[in-house]
Amino acid sequence: MSDKDTVEVAARTPEAQQPFKELGLTEDEYQKIRDILGRRPTAAELALYSVMWSEHCSYKSSKIHLRNLTPTEDQSRYLLAGIGANAGVVDIGQGYAVTFKIESHNHPSFVEPHQGAATGIGGIVRDILAMGARPIAVMDALRFGPADAHDTARVLPGVVSGISFYGNCLGLPNIGGELAFDPSYIGNPLVNALCVGLMKHDDLKSAVATGVGNKVVLFGSRTGPDGVGGASVLASATFGDDGGKAAKRPSVQVGDPFMEKLLVECCLELYAADLIEGIQDLGAAGVACATTELSAGGDGGMFVDMDVIPLRDPNLTPAEILMSESQERMMAVVRPEHAEAFLAICRKWDVEATVIGEVTSDGLLTMTWRGATVVKIPPRTAADGPVYQRPLARPENLDALQASGPESLARPADGPGLRETLLALLGSPSLADKRWVTQQYDSLVRGNTVLAMPEDGGLVRVGEETGLGIALATDGNGRYCTLDPYLGTQLALAEAYRNVAMTGAVPVAVTNCLNFGSPEDPVVMWQLAESVRGLADGCKHLGIPVTGGNVSLYNQTGATAIHPTPVIGVLGVHQDVRTRVSAGFAAEGAEVVLLGRTGEEFGGSAWAEVVHQHLGGRPPAVDFDAERQLAILVTAAVSAGVLASAHDLSQGGLAIALAEACLYGGRGCAVALRGDSFTALFSESAARALVSVVPGREREFAAMAEEHDVPATVLGVTTGDALTVEGAFDIPLTELSQVWTGTLPAIFG
Amino acid sequence: MRYAGAEPVRLWHADRDLRGVDAVILPGGFSYGDYLRAGAIARFSPVMGELIPAAVEGLPVLGICNGFQILCEAHLLPGALTRNAGLRFIHADVSLTVTNAATPWTAGFAAGQRLTVPIKNGEGAFVADEATLDELERTGRVVVRYSDGALNGSSRDIAGISNAAGNVVGLMPHPEHAIDPLTGPSADGLGFFTSIVGALTGAGA
Repeated sequence: MSDKDTVEVAARTPEAQQPFKELGLTEDEYQKIRDILGRRPTAAELALYSVMWSEHCSYKSSKIHLRNLTPTEDQSRYLLAGIGANAGVVDIGQGYAVTFKIESHNHPSFVEPHQGAATGIGGIVRDILAMGARPIAVMDALRFGPADAHDTARVLPGVVSGISFYGNCLGLPNIGGELAFDPSYIGNPLVNALCVGLMKHDDLKSAVATGVGNKVVLFGSRTGPDGVGGASVLASATFGDDGGKAAKRPSVQVGDPFMEKLLVECCLELYAADLIEGIQDLGAAGVACATTELSAGGDGGMFVDMDVIPLRDPNLTPAEILMSESQERMMAVVRPEHAEAFLAICRKWDVEATVIGEVTSDGLLTMTWRGATVVKIPPRTAADGPVYQRPLARPENLDALQASGPESLARPADGPGLRETLLALLGSPSLADKRWVTQQYDSLVRGNTVLAMPEDGGLVRVGEETGLGIALATDGNGRYCTLDPYLGTQLALAEAYRNVAMTGAVPVAVTNCLNFGSPEDPVVMWQLAESVRGLADGCKHLGIPVTGGNVSLYNQTGATAIHPTPVIGVLGVHQDVRTRVSAGFAAEGAEVVLLGRTGEEFGGSAWAEVVHQHLGGRPPAVDFDAERQLAILVTAAVSAGVLASAHDLSQGGLAIALAEACLYGGRGCAVALRGDSFTALFSESAARALVSVVPGREREFAAMAEEHDVPATVLGVTTGDALTVEGAFDIPLTELSQVWTGTLPAIFG
Repeated sequence: MRYAGAEPVRLWHADRDLRGVDAVILPGGFSYGDYLRAGAIARFSPVMGELIPAAVEGLPVLGICNGFQILCEAHLLPGALTRNAGLRFIHADVSLTVTNAATPWTAGFAAGQRLTVPIKNGEGAFVADEATLDELERTGRVVVRYSDGALNGSSRDIAGISNAAGNVVGLMPHPEHAIDPLTGPSADGLGFFTSIVGALTGAGA
């Protein structure tokens, strides 16, 4: 049917059976399409609507909640473009703006880890490119099942090699991210990729097709059968326990990072020559998405001649051409008088470019194939998609879960017990040295990386003369979010905010990747709604906007959803990267100071997980005023050159922060603790940091802490080659290092 | 080169034109995506048609990482670079020992000097037949060696070699990422660039 299914045929054959269910549309949605068109859709139109209305492309379940994230005027101070555009654009001063966004590639990365993760990088890079920015760095936030699980051994090495293969070849430094393990992610790994791009204020591009008669150009790779309905349909349904995976396997895309590199340089030259009226990257839903979004965002219609689209497989049907997710493609709207210059620049970069149509005035998206019209739709009806107010339900077991706190768990009673606990946490896969992974990433290429993993935040220089830079961090904690999605999301926001501040940068904007289970489960929808509410409230409190993000649903196997896992990215502006400090102890004889208040907070903690495999109680409290004061203090102190190091406290509390500061800096410390040693070492109270002070400037720093109303407790001094906690234990750095570095190589080889 | 006080000039791969430069650096990167073999396609770029005879005539050429791979593929340097031992990309700061401080690219160093410079490569293991390796060692054409063993499995811990005349040098580590402690592990790598500027301006080492 699809071969000859023209608009005319469709109008004549209303009774024809169509595979809308197989394409992921419901009965109601299919009927709605028929109502919009006043006839049944053609096969090509059905394909187009099915991908555009998929959860992945339309956000139909999450949209009503995401509206809460619209920034207020106060939050929008530094914003040039917000949610709705491909990615938010933030003014960082000195005429520069940056755009950044995080996106999931979870489902493809489970099905085919290497290509799934690789094309995740490729997709987010094109998103940033489409804003008019030069991509300057990437990050990745990864979550897998238990490190020693059979399937993790298949998925993790492939994901890492895919990110390494694509990002390194593309010439983008990978400056940080996360790596965590939890049984909740077995069968549903989370592969979230972030890209940040840099532009001048005037370089901002928009994804609209305006100007009747302007040419529509498709450029980059040819369109092939790979990824037909991939991310859009694949990422919009739950993996079954049965043959579902096998059936979907061929739909993962294949990446060509060298073509992407050519495409990046080609686009930047096209921008510089001012030859583009509008531009859109081709990601999920390929040509279908680019044509509908460009024309829906413009003021007219669009005509496309599908016969001239360069194909890798001449047997593709119109529906397949529309749905193909072949990578490394872009679509631009170009004035006719600029077309030849446009094509010449593409030739210079060996990028194939084809004029496939033009902007029209009839308000319709029309496509012809082999002489007949196969698509004729009002584009906005496809681009906007349905909106669902799905039912919400607080989990029935949540009260019981929150009531079964960690209070009754056995705690180490003496020095040797505390020592053993510290080493158990430090060697646990989620807290162990990540070099097995990060050594496969090039963090230096482009020559502007000032800080990268394992530092708290990545830091990239933007202005060589002025020292202007940007800092980035991502954080998420599914365990906290299971206990309380509102608070858990706020804790992730607080941690990313704190991490950025540790470099000396001022946090200014937020991106988010919301990884959840099936929206058809009211419990999952409740988690999503609570999470978004927490994020919105937190950002308002901190006075910084959410500039964009991505929602990944259906992360579940059968009826079991993953931990609700919003991953929050925070961007900061660094006025002078030359003043930055490391998280590691950098100076001998430096006073070691704990900033912030420590309470007895163990719900969802690393200790409860590693030692007791326990999840219950309430996550730590959030105090955004305290977070803000801490950030202001550390930023001011870094800028004044008072600090020798700064490291935030998070999972594993002070114990892990001390161990990491010793290991990163290759230097020991001797500290004394007040009150209950176990709480002092392992509590995960938020709004805390571990700093060391440049010798001779202790009083100055104490005065600054007092001025900013941040509690500062002197713990001791950096010295020697052991981590010594007076009256409790000491651990030589060699032993710390062995425990820390040994874990991942022992598992992954 | 700018840090070292020289004026960098970009050469385009598709132009048969060296634009009158005094020395050429083939930088790292992934020319043609490393498809087929790293450097195997770039070796046939039009600009190489000019570069190869100029290098034979004595033009100073430094190949870094992918540049080294291209020089081997172009037979300006012997041997080849193959997949790392362990078959994974490796990025790490390593210690290097300068073993030949007589080339124009290393004249600013002292023989035996230790440098901290990053490596980042997937196909960085230098290999050659035993006779070639012996010949390189005997004639002092091993320019830098990994001080603490080669993470990538390079034969005889070789990190860089030169041609017989010494004007063409290939390095697997990345000295351009060690020119400023702000953006790299040290400033040790700057010496390669100041060396060539010194050699070209007659300032000597």
